[in-house]
Amino acid sequence: MTAIKFENISKQYRLGLVSTQTLSHDLNRWFQVNIRRREDPYFKIGEVNDRSTKGDSDYVWALRDINFEVNQGDVVGIVGKNGAGKSTLLKILSKVTAPTTGTIKAHGRIASLLEVGTGFHPEMTGRENIYMNGAIMGMRKAEISRKLAEIVDFSGVERYIDTPTKRYSSGMTVRLGFAIAAHLDPEILVVDEVLAVGDAEFQKKAIGKMQDVSKGEGRTVLFVSHNMASLRSLCTQGVLMDKGMVVSSGLIGPICDMYLKGATDKDICGFWKRNDISKDKDFQISEVKVLNENEELNSVFSCDETIMIRMTFLVLKKIPGIYGCLYLKRDDGTIVYVSDSNDKAYNKLESLPLGESVVDFQIPKRILGVGSYTVSLYFTSNFNIGGFYVDTPGDVCKFELYDDTTNRGNNRAGFLSTIVDWKIKATVIK
Amino acid sequence: MSITMDYKTVIKPKNSLFDIDFKELWQYRDLFSMFVKRDIITQYKQTILGPLWFFIQPAITTIMYMVVFGGIAKIPTDGLPQPLFYLAGIVCWQYFADCLNKTSSTFVSNQGIFGKVYFPRLIIPLSNVVSGLLRMGIQFAMFLIVYVYFLFQGVGVAPTIYIFLLPLLVVMLAGLSLGFGILISSMTTKYRDLTLLFGFIVQLWMYVTPIIYPLSTMSPKHQWIMALNPITSIVETFKFGTMGVGTFSWGQLAYSFSFMVLLLGVGIVVFNKVQRSFMDTV
Repeated sequence: MTAIKFENISKQYRLGLVSTQTLSHDLNRWFQVNIRRREDPYFKIGEVNDRSTKGDSDYVWALRDINFEVNQGDVVGIVGKNGAGKSTLLKILSKVTAPTTGTIKAHGRIASLLEVGTGFHPEMTGRENIYMNGAIMGMRKAEISRKLAEIVDFSGVERYIDTPTKRYSSGMTVRLGFAIAAHLDPEILVVDEVLAVGDAEFQKKAIGKMQDVSKGEGRTVLFVSHNMASLRSLCTQGVLMDKGMVVSSGLIGPICDMYLKGATDKDICGFWKRNDISKDKDFQISEVKVLNENEELNSVFSCDETIMIRMTFLVLKKIPGIYGCLYLKRDDGTIVYVSDSNDKAYNKLESLPLGESVVDFQIPKRILGVGSYTVSLYFTSNFNIGGFYVDTPGDVCKFELYDDTTNRGNNRAGFLSTIVDWKIKATVIK
Repeated sequence: MSITMDYKTVIKPKNSLFDIDFKELWQYRDLFSMFVKRDIITQYKQTILGPLWFFIQPAITTIMYMVVFGGIAKIPTDGLPQPLFYLAGIVCWQYFADCLNKTSSTFVSNQGIFGKVYFPRLIIPLSNVVSGLLRMGIQFAMFLIVYVYFLFQGVGVAPTIYIFLLPLLVVMLAGLSLGFGILISSMTTKYRDLTLLFGFIVQLWMYVTPIIYPLSTMSPKHQWIMALNPITSIVETFKFGTMGVGTFSWGQLAYSFSFMVLLLGVGIVVFNKVQRSFMDTV
């Protein structure tokens, strides 16, 4: 059964400042539509919402002709880059702002968790705020009283419940806010990036609660997140958005893959090219590519793929004792692995001929765990006349790994994805 | 599953002008009472004197008026003792001005919460008007104390039968401030210079209302200006009802009442239209 139906939803925003021009636009709009019975003059000129390019028009379409249906009991993950329109869509769904065109039809009460702790009054105690927040989300007082104990228990801030919320840590605020929303019993729950805050224990609890809500109680959940792992584990369906349009919808697995493959965000990039190639430099790296098994450029890989890092060097003069280091780092800067070009054979890089040459560095499959990795490169020599550091480009490329072929898959913590067999040697009978 | 599915929630770009969901407002009545409670509780939290401020503000204002208008400007007070005269005006005007101040910034001061979650926006100005009643009640009690004091002093004041109109007067003040407030707040979401303009107007408004001078000091030639002001008859009826001083006319009161009804109607329609998309312009 269809729970929510989006029909031709579009949303137009005006860019820039509200100024004297706004008044003239408004008057013109009003005159054209109401007096001359013409079409809205600013309706057509909106552009596709691409934040990185400069447009000519003052108007953009944050959403354009959104059409899809959500079935009851589905947990739908909405994925897309920043500015794809995910939050705008949820805002319209939670009636914070009205669409420019189109309709949304939905069965039942919609509760939104756009930002937890919204409407908490800092001077009021946790208990008072539970009532306040519940009421803001449309609950009756009696309903909240009935669930008070459960909410307090779930939030885990029992000790502070009669303390003003201004004394709460941010984590405690989030816990309390989520606890209220999770016990709302709406038919449709809209959640926007709330799990990012809160500690690991609470995240687990929150995900568990959301799963209960959808599976056990047949409620519909719409969930926006950039965390592929939690999306994959929580959602059944997915919707991929880009520039205000729905690109694709379907099962969450393929949708996530599609999103990651198309992730052209600057920070995840499997290609690096040196901009300032210098004639005076004796030894420099000019290009780095991250390739898959078919030697195609990519930045998102399965753990079951071999990853090739292809480096192009430009050698103008041989440097004695040159060697290189390749670092693989996680987003938080943790060094996962360091490889030295001199690890086994001595001075491999010293033998590079003058001119351009290519060196491949292969990362075997099932070594690195799920996550994103930054490749950093440093070339040094102890015998160089010009100094120890020969060429140090530092962070060059970034790639991401996912795992969808093992049971633990993307939920595996740690840095490795190596599969180790659990061998049963013998059955011991006493 | 049925083929003709009736959707409970339908979100559309534009509602018709008079599509106001009063049923929904009623469903959120618990939230309304909580907002009222919150307004009252949080007003004087972390202050030393707490609710005493309810008394201090009108007391000091009265003394100020006595010094400036009564003492220096020597404006007559209809034969009433100055404290009683000024306090009567302050009770009425302060309530109106407080409510107007709060309700007229509904959208701007609540944009944080309005941007995150939906509930009928009208709840906020409504609760402002109701929570203001407590303050007015306390000031009215203060007025009564002063009143009784002057009675014992032998000042010739006596209530008239029109004292029973007091509840209606309060409702009219509430209605007028709510109507003006939501109208102003709807208009100022987009164009902030209107905020400055309205702030100015409200300040001047007090001087065309018989608060610091009695209506009788106005020359009959200019009385029509005062009569246009819907607050005038409310203040005058208040004074006439409680102290038997001033003027009273059913016609004037009916005018103020119709003014309030019309204003509330227009205010609610405009507010309802603006609330749907104000987040984009605020």
